[in-house]
Amino acid sequence: MNNLIGVYTIWYRDILRFWYDKARMLSALLFPVFFLFIFGSGLQRSIGPMGGGVDFIQFMYPGIIGMSVLMGSFMSGVSVVWDREFGFLKEVLVAPISRISVALGRTLGAATVATIQGIMILVLAPVIKVSLSIWIVLALLPLMFLLAASMGSLGILLASRIKSTEAFQAIMQMLMFPMIFLSGVFFPMQDLPGWMSFIVKINPASYGVAAIRGLVLGSPPDSPFTIYLFGHAMTIWENVIVMAAFGFIMVILAMWSFGRQE
Amino acid sequence: MPEPIIKVENLVKKYGQLVAVDNISFNVNQGEIFGFLGPNGAGKTTTINILCTLARPTAGKATLNGFDVVHQQNQVRHSIGLVFQDSSLDDRLTGLHNLRFHAMVYNVPAPARNERIEQVLNMVDLWDKRNKFVRTYSGGMKRRLELARGLLHYPKVLFLDEPTLGLDPQTRNHIWEYVLELRKREGTTVFLTTHYMDEAEKASRIAIIDQGKLVAMDTPAKLKRMVGQDIITVRTDDNTKAAEEIKSRYQTAVRKDGDQLSFNVDNGEEFLPVFIKESGIKIASISLRRPTLEDVFLKLTGREIREEEVGDSIKEHLRQRGGGRMPH
Repeated sequence: MNNLIGVYTIWYRDILRFWYDKARMLSALLFPVFFLFIFGSGLQRSIGPMGGGVDFIQFMYPGIIGMSVLMGSFMSGVSVVWDREFGFLKEVLVAPISRISVALGRTLGAATVATIQGIMILVLAPVIKVSLSIWIVLALLPLMFLLAASMGSLGILLASRIKSTEAFQAIMQMLMFPMIFLSGVFFPMQDLPGWMSFIVKINPASYGVAAIRGLVLGSPPDSPFTIYLFGHAMTIWENVIVMAAFGFIMVILAMWSFGRQE
Repeated sequence: MPEPIIKVENLVKKYGQLVAVDNISFNVNQGEIFGFLGPNGAGKTTTINILCTLARPTAGKATLNGFDVVHQQNQVRHSIGLVFQDSSLDDRLTGLHNLRFHAMVYNVPAPARNERIEQVLNMVDLWDKRNKFVRTYSGGMKRRLELARGLLHYPKVLFLDEPTLGLDPQTRNHIWEYVLELRKREGTTVFLTTHYMDEAEKASRIAIIDQGKLVAMDTPAKLKRMVGQDIITVRTDDNTKAAEEIKSRYQTAVRKDGDQLSFNVDNGEEFLPVFIKESGIKIASISLRRPTLEDVFLKLTGREIREEEVGDSIKEHLRQRGGGRMPH
């Protein structure tokens, strides 16, 4: 019981901090928008239609949703490191709640905040002429939450091992940008050079992005945006299962690692 | 005699080759102020971390409020309150938020929560500032808020790790008023580390730790007596003659110290008037110095308690406070 209250408290703190941090909220909105409109408008002409009846901005849009969820959830790892540096982690670690509930509360907090950041991008759908039904939006919510929880717990896992802020930020950037750029946010995954195709396929974020894209743009069997794994075209559900399996392992590892730190 | 609230038996903590705590044992009695002194790196913080369940001992056993610090962590955590020298507040939230979170995770019953928060905030004079963000607080206000937070769940033992380091004298006095009042009212045991000797004087008993080992443990008065007698320093018209006279009359060694003479006696306060009256020496000036905890510390550890350490830790403190760290 007390551990549930612990999970809730840690989660609530993350939400409250996000709410009070208007600058972070603004940048969570603006950064993806810059990408969408600057990249999109700049490359739209030269790239032409993407197939499946969508243009480049429309193609990028679900990827950008995924990107803002990814970035939002990675940030929670950073905030664990900040908590250590600013001392608040000590208050958390001597509190009479289990470390596991602390890690779980943080993961859920990170996932909630990142999902809210994703929702903020959804508002742009009419601007770029993507029609989203209420059902698609409702299906996107758990999907974004799952992606965010997976990546958030990866961040927390790293943060519980890497003690210095500088090292953590360096490693996060080395990890975060390849994960975003090689997840199919900015280009379709078919007809890539072999090495790149390989990295895209072992990148768990790809499956999250593919699932979001499938939901937002529809996924006919001959869609040009499908991931082919060993010659098999991945459906939305299969993408979700890969994502969920990765997320499950990450959450377990994060709770284990967070619980062991002194 | 009630059970000791903290029992430490043969505690050892090693970090690789380094032995941070080397087989120490002591008890802390219920309701006492227990001073835990030692040079930096002596093992103070490691010991406190073990008692607070933040570190695991390599060997040995410690119980707090009857609970084992390794196997009954949650019960131990419920029994303790902490005020560390470095802030452990969430400065992106308000003072009230910080206390609410604390009340929630420490399971303060919901009906009592608001009342108790108001009570502790009033005690440290921060009720008016409760809705301000902690990052706008001054250093003293932060420490007071931490104290309020540490007391919120009525802990059995309050750990104060350098609670007033870097604070102005007025704030230091305030904080001590709160602590002493609480101890009187609730019978809270206080486990204190400090570099300020006047604070250490408030302790019922003091343990001194050096290089991981306990080198002394007693009341401040007895510790001082251990160092030796009171020191009388006089300046006279004729030091040579005076030295002869003191030597023959009181059978004590006299040291020459510039144009002054100094010698040791028991019970200097009673000795002084008698000495002035009966010796025929023409005294220009005279002073009596009693051994301080400083002398005790110096004798036992070979180091001054203040100097480098306070200097360094204040610098460290300022660096952490100021050093241009941008959180977001």
